[in-house]
Amino acid sequence: MSVQQWSAADVAKKVINNEELFILDVRNADAFEDWKIDGHKFEYLNIPYYELLDGVEGILAKIPTDKEVLVVCAKEGSSMMVADMLAEAGLKAAYLAGGMKTWSEYLEPIKVGDLTGGGELYQFVRLGKGCLSYMVISEGEAAIIDAVRFTEVFLNFASEKNVKIKHVFDTHLHADHISGGRHIAAATGATYYLPPKDAEEVVYDYEPLVNGTTVQIGASNIDVGAIYSPGHTIGSTSFVVDSKYLLTGDILFIDSIGRPDLAGLAEDWVEDLRETLYKRYRELSDDLVVLPAHFMIIDELNEDGTVGKRLGELFAENHGLNIEDEVTFRSIVTDNLPPQPNAYQEIRQVNMGKITPAQDEQTEMEIGPNRCAVR
Amino acid sequence: MNSNLQLDAKGLSCPMPIVKTKKAMDTLVSGEILEVQVTDKGALADIPAWTKVGGHAILGQSENAGVITFFIQKA
Repeated sequence: MSVQQWSAADVAKKVINNEELFILDVRNADAFEDWKIDGHKFEYLNIPYYELLDGVEGILAKIPTDKEVLVVCAKEGSSMMVADMLAEAGLKAAYLAGGMKTWSEYLEPIKVGDLTGGGELYQFVRLGKGCLSYMVISEGEAAIIDAVRFTEVFLNFASEKNVKIKHVFDTHLHADHISGGRHIAAATGATYYLPPKDAEEVVYDYEPLVNGTTVQIGASNIDVGAIYSPGHTIGSTSFVVDSKYLLTGDILFIDSIGRPDLAGLAEDWVEDLRETLYKRYRELSDDLVVLPAHFMIIDELNEDGTVGKRLGELFAENHGLNIEDEVTFRSIVTDNLPPQPNAYQEIRQVNMGKITPAQDEQTEMEIGPNRCAVR
Repeated sequence: MNSNLQLDAKGLSCPMPIVKTKKAMDTLVSGEILEVQVTDKGALADIPAWTKVGGHAILGQSENAGVITFFIQKA
């Protein structure tokens, strides 16, 4: 039997199409517990590669022969070794090229819907990290919101669609991933916007993004309008796109809400978070479709792989929007919070422009789940 | 620290540092000490984990200019 190599795009298709897959993850147990490739119908076996150096005979009985088997490790080397051993034992096995490192970086662009006058809205789903970026396209122009650091993906997509990137926004200063926003703006001549309250320490020029900031994309006037919605950070800003979509950044997710502590000021910002979720958002139309900057679990994906849900449904179903008592709310979002994202303080420094690590260091910093939410 | 055998696994990436460490370890007898140098960051967690599985003991560990050195005593 020969060993096949799968790309991250191949795995992404399995996730989005709800296909079955058996993953033999050969990283150590801590790494697997912390973060793995999530799929609705995926099964897993975690055996570290260093327990298989003498052979795979001991685990053959645990590996199905009627399913596709993918061996996964941190970078690739160990999964190739183990996939080879499985193949020699007569099993059909594949390995993931680039391992979890490449999985963490893969972006799948998926169309969310059509906008007025032939416009389109795309969501870039970073399955491995749970980051969501957006591109609004209309009549030869584009705006990008919360771009991750893989700038070529956005630049290539824009050139495929034959649109010019005019505006680039970050809803807030991100703490879990490195923003590509200002680099895309520099490469295209677009304007880069950031909320000034999050930007007190940044060392580059930007256009202030404040309540009421509105841009039009294309001649048919698709509005991208900003709503000040603090709580995850003091500057956090949401967008209403074409009166249809509400881009909530890291304030409101499908099955969770934002955490107020990643800039070290949970106690100060908890009331802002409460006011945004329980007052500001309640004044908006229930029919807006919420599109967040993250998902945390695979169940938050829709059938087509996108992540989004009507605001009215979230008011009914999202636990974080249904905590009547303010004291309970305060306690839930400030006590017993999940661990912070990997290297979040350094990531904030990068996003402020204060440090510029090499690409492979940036990759290391972003390893692991995003952990931006409170459930 | 004195060692019975030195292994240079610098510049090698996963899984080779562990594969070589295991091979070197197979040549030692119980109680002898292997000194191994690696640069792959993955080995920082994996060598102690592998050592534990085999019942060996890490007697010392240090890092200097990106080179991680382990002293492992064979079980």
